[in-house]
Amino acid sequence: MTDDDAHSARAAAERAARQSYGRLVAILSARTRDIAASEDALADAFARALESWPVDGVPRQPEAWLLQVARHRTLDAWRHSRVHDDAAQTLLLLADEVGDDAAGGGAVADERLRLLFVCAHPAIDAVARAPLMLQTVLGLDASRMAGAFLTAPATLGQRLVRAKARVRAAGIPFEYPRAIDLPQRLQDVLDGIYAAYGTGWDDVDGADSIERGLTAEAIELCRILCDLMPREPEPHGLLALMLFCESRAAARRSTAGAYVPLEAQDTARWNAALHKQAEQALQHASALHALGPYQIEAAIQSAHCARRLGAQVPADAMVALYDGLIALRPSTGARVSRACAVAEAEGPGAGLRALDSIAAKDVDNYQAYWAARAHLLGRNGQAAEARLAYARAAGLSASPAVRAWLAAASERL
Amino acid sequence: MQYMLMFYQPQSEFDQRDETAGQAYRASWMDYVGAIRQSGVALNGHGLHPPLTGTTLRVRGDKRQVQDGPFADSKEQLGGYFVIEVADLDAALEWAARAPCASTGGVEVRPVFTAPTM
Repeated sequence: MTDDDAHSARAAAERAARQSYGRLVAILSARTRDIAASEDALADAFARALESWPVDGVPRQPEAWLLQVARHRTLDAWRHSRVHDDAAQTLLLLADEVGDDAAGGGAVADERLRLLFVCAHPAIDAVARAPLMLQTVLGLDASRMAGAFLTAPATLGQRLVRAKARVRAAGIPFEYPRAIDLPQRLQDVLDGIYAAYGTGWDDVDGADSIERGLTAEAIELCRILCDLMPREPEPHGLLALMLFCESRAAARRSTAGAYVPLEAQDTARWNAALHKQAEQALQHASALHALGPYQIEAAIQSAHCARRLGAQVPADAMVALYDGLIALRPSTGARVSRACAVAEAEGPGAGLRALDSIAAKDVDNYQAYWAARAHLLGRNGQAAEARLAYARAAGLSASPAVRAWLAAASERL
Repeated sequence: MQYMLMFYQPQSEFDQRDETAGQAYRASWMDYVGAIRQSGVALNGHGLHPPLTGTTLRVRGDKRQVQDGPFADSKEQLGGYFVIEVADLDAALEWAARAPCASTGGVEVRPVFTAPTM
């Protein structure tokens, strides 16, 4: 074995790990219903690959090779533990191997969709769903995700362990949801992906560092979902929404690192290619003729971008979009945004009345509400009250750049 | 759950408390303190004078050692604290992230003993 061989074998194993991790976990778990054991078995298979590929050469079908090793590893573990002394399970696992052709050929089926539905199953703690998807499908570890989710690594690790135990103990089926359950189950998957994206959207001050939250991973997950469900509009709606946001990400900070709101962003710094992909994803979704909340959110983003690019977007059309969103999916965030749209259409007084209609307990802790309120109070000539609201918004912000911007806006009153 | 948020700050931040240039810095703390109090999660909290104003005492055997300055000589020192009542560690970390020193020093979040025997 030369160094080159060893190097290319290692590269092949790493490539297989990156590209196939989720698919292999999905296939193994679909049989065993034990995600943690599948991950262990797969980790062993990757370790074996790093030992044997440099010596024996990279197999023609690396995925099938890894799968076979991992399956044997799972069977060994069962035999030793005698916990799963269940002949039927063993036969199932073996039946798969008979199905593979002897040379380890044949395409490895894509079971990731079922895995995604398992990870976002209602029986699993809602806060665990996004990290569980990212871990099982993309192979991210807890320490990588903890900062993005603003969770202690130990807490996140425990959540993942508990979630996997729950999948096994509750016998959550690795099945495609029934038609009647599909909308809600799909919504849960999409919410998980969007939660992962949100970790990076708030974390703009990390924009200079290579890793900005988990935005890239969330988009990758959504692209996988879109490929697996081309006829479902909402995954494409969510993809469009995230791509619109992503296309503007770089323009949210000046070159000096100061916060730049949408109205003041230099559109030349938007990413035109991502923007185009976003529009295409939204068109794809709307051509499927089934409106959903993520499509409306994407349409709102599309309208915001279009307005900045010079298109005339009637203010009451924006209000109507937010009304549609709230009708499909009420949230405090949507109601705050709607109030801002109302202010554009009917003036700051009407916007403030819309903000007043939101319950106080929902906004105690909600930074966007106080920033919106401060802005509208200022426009309405209530400078003293506006300053208090700016202070509250700054106190609730975790971003030095946003705090500086809010302080400057308060100063200008 | 009760958590103590301990605000660790570099010396440069302690210096800014007195400088005119530190006005924005002080304002960001006032905003933070205002928001945490108005949200109703704060049970109590204080800012502390700079570490050099501290005195550290140790008793070793019969000997008392009294020393000027902080307990440990480190780059970041305790500048203040809050005790908050929130649902869980996630919520406590959210408040920790909002502290102005989170981006310059750091915030340690620790559960508070609330057992009645303590």
